[in-house]
Amino acid sequence: MSENLLEIKDLVVRYGGRRGGKTVIEDVSLNLRAGETVSLVGESGSGKTTIGRAILGLAPVTGGTIRFRDQEISNISRQRRRQVARDIQVIFQDPYSSLNPSMTIESILVEPLRAAGVSEGKTRVRELLDAVGMPGDSGSRYPREFSGGQRQRIAIARALAMDPAVIVCDEPTSALDVTTQARVLTLLRDLQKDTGVAYLFISHDLGVVHAISDRIAVLRGGRIVEIGDAHQVATAPQHPYTRQLQMSAPIADPPRQRARRAERLRILAADRLEGTETA
Amino acid sequence: MTIDQHELDPAADGTAAITGERVRRSPLRSLLANPFASVSIAFLFLIVFIAITTPWLAPFSPNATDLAATNAAPFTDGHFFGADASGRDILSRLMWGTQQTIIACLLVLGVSLVLGLTFGLLAGFYRGKFETVVNFVSDVIMSLPGIVLLIALYALTGPNIPVAMAVFGVIVAPSFYRLVRSVVISVRSELYIDAAKVVGLSDARIIGRHVLSAVRAPVIVQSSFVLATAVAILAGVDFLGLGDPSAPSWGRVLQEAFNNLYTNPANVIWPSILISLTILSFVLLGNALRDTLQASNRSAVLKGARRRSLMMSAQDERVAGVNDLTPAQDVILSIRNLRIGYPTSADDVRPVVHGVDLDVRKGEIHGLVGESGSGKSQLAFSTLGILPREAVVLGGSVFFEGRDLLADKMRMRRARGRGIAYVPQEPMSNLDPSFTIGAQLIYGLRASTGVSKAQARRELLDLLTRVGIQDAERVMSLYPHEISGGMAQRVLICGAVATKPHLIVADEPTTALDVTVQADVLELLRELSRERGMAMIIVTHNLGVVADICDTVSVMKDGRIIESNDVDSLFAAPHDQYTKDLLVSSRTVELKEADDE
Repeated sequence: MSENLLEIKDLVVRYGGRRGGKTVIEDVSLNLRAGETVSLVGESGSGKTTIGRAILGLAPVTGGTIRFRDQEISNISRQRRRQVARDIQVIFQDPYSSLNPSMTIESILVEPLRAAGVSEGKTRVRELLDAVGMPGDSGSRYPREFSGGQRQRIAIARALAMDPAVIVCDEPTSALDVTTQARVLTLLRDLQKDTGVAYLFISHDLGVVHAISDRIAVLRGGRIVEIGDAHQVATAPQHPYTRQLQMSAPIADPPRQRARRAERLRILAADRLEGTETA
Repeated sequence: MTIDQHELDPAADGTAAITGERVRRSPLRSLLANPFASVSIAFLFLIVFIAITTPWLAPFSPNATDLAATNAAPFTDGHFFGADASGRDILSRLMWGTQQTIIACLLVLGVSLVLGLTFGLLAGFYRGKFETVVNFVSDVIMSLPGIVLLIALYALTGPNIPVAMAVFGVIVAPSFYRLVRSVVISVRSELYIDAAKVVGLSDARIIGRHVLSAVRAPVIVQSSFVLATAVAILAGVDFLGLGDPSAPSWGRVLQEAFNNLYTNPANVIWPSILISLTILSFVLLGNALRDTLQASNRSAVLKGARRRSLMMSAQDERVAGVNDLTPAQDVILSIRNLRIGYPTSADDVRPVVHGVDLDVRKGEIHGLVGESGSGKSQLAFSTLGILPREAVVLGGSVFFEGRDLLADKMRMRRARGRGIAYVPQEPMSNLDPSFTIGAQLIYGLRASTGVSKAQARRELLDLLTRVGIQDAERVMSLYPHEISGGMAQRVLICGAVATKPHLIVADEPTTALDVTVQADVLELLRELSRERGMAMIIVTHNLGVVADICDTVSVMKDGRIIESNDVDSLFAAPHDQYTKDLLVSSRTVELKEADDE
């Protein structure tokens, strides 16, 4: 089993008390191997973000286990969590609120190093800025001086600071313009090639996910409805819900988009017909 | 790794590009630029200076009596402010009292700040039972009448000002506690706090580095107000005679003058002025601090005269007919040479839209594509006359059905809602949380058409069903928080369409929605446009959306339209390099199907 870096087994996440609580994640099992990218796709409320937060220790794990390198990491003490922090990092969706506005870029990047007791922070900061394609003099500036894409690069640099084995990427490109989005995805791919980091990539966009993943898990209502090879799931999905997602995403090609639209309406109509028959 | 210049340019940032460069001055300098603040600070410095130098500068010792000078009038015999009933020099007594006032104020501030800040940070950050307990204690303290408590304390400790002020510090501590706690609670949900947790920072470090920096500004402002209260309370306590009778203080001088009011009324003036001015300084300083610290991100404001002259010249241009046009028969909206700017300082305006021309034909769905900061939303907003307050229309015209809306405010108001309707990006924030869906829809419809309530209700029920809301009757009685984002967008579309407009301006109408909902909403917009012959302007950054719904596309970059064509031709053969780049980026992340390979 040691080839699996991260093993999620029968994960359940519930919010609220025993009665009246809300189950957000139900029996989700998922593995992540070193150096690979597994994506979680789903719409809002599907629980994709919650799974990421559970791995990071930011959401309560009600049932099941999350193991990292064969060690249980769900519901561990803050003390032990801090040891895991070296290896599991995060890039959040919103590059505006994920960087403290009152801190310089350098102090933002030095922070994880200092927390881990690394002393030669400054040289590492330069390396990191360089790795994510930011100018070397960015360190003394504040987040507000940078655009969304640049801030996301800084957030990526922070995640990379301690050479983690896994980065949870929570919709890292959703808030960005398409050209910036494409560049950030390229950056993530290049960094993976260089460092061998594994990504758990969370997105609502099947297209984005296809561009970066090895495997894709499609979530709906807190359960995985389809999981498999990225290419297969994105291009020839088996589950009707995935098929619906695939057909809903508009593509930048008018004639083909018209065909897809017709196809989507046909699927919907067929679904409705089926619904009335079973009812 | 290389990145092209576009991304490195800070102007590529949407907000920075649109609102111009922010005013960036050090907080202290902008504080001193405020005359109230600088005068207050100068006065308070003077008070502190007096407190320190009194032992050397005071003309008399505070308790030195000179019977010859009893009730001396001001400016006599070296008694500048006169002397009191016992012949003591008022100026000297006030000067000696200053020191005690300052020490007492610092004591109040210190005690309340330490208590309020510590408990506020901890309760806000950890919440749970601890917060419940501290909240209860703070509520109990707040319900105690301060002055009464201090009088009761006198019975226990006798005249002891330091103890009284420390107790008063405890009494005002809840004002810091509540402030800090509420700031911490809102900061706590920021992603950078989560990021700090993930990075492995200890709680103490997170509070010390991240949370503390967020509460700093409000705490400084509040401190100023607490100091003002402390001065008033100290004077009050001394006036009531609860202080040390042998020590001079502002309140005691006032009281003595008060007792002697009929023989020497002038003596009341000096301590009153001193106490009032000190309190006033703290309050004015607090207000100025609030303005500078909490609004430091406000964009530049143009001088009124400059703004008027810019608007006048734009209007003159219109009157002169520079932008006149004979509209083509089938064109519903023509934008001519539109220029919009944002102030960068009190005198300068930076243009962000540079002379844009745009024609929308009747019944056409026109896509306006561009990245953030390209000015596409500015164009859409100016059509509706809802540009942000600080924006300035530098010139140009918006002809709707042949008439220039920018030339006449009333014409714009009449067109808006009736002729042109708006579908916003964030459906949730565009519904008022305190009214039901039905109430808002009916109000909106009646405001622009004047139909009866019952009639409006009937029409809207039909229309809600039309936009795909089952059970329209029930939805009308719901509040916005009870419906989903997709449904909220349908409600807003219903509201926009209800007045039978000829043009709908939709600003990123599907960006906040899930893909499946997006597809449904696009389908709905298309059907409505066809059924009612409505033209639409769809502002979006998503080329897929454009390919799906639009008939014509205009591509915007840096405040200019760089390419405009019908949708098939533009996607098949883009002319401009930027359009080509956009298409390439868009296609790298879009879904391929099995048969693509």
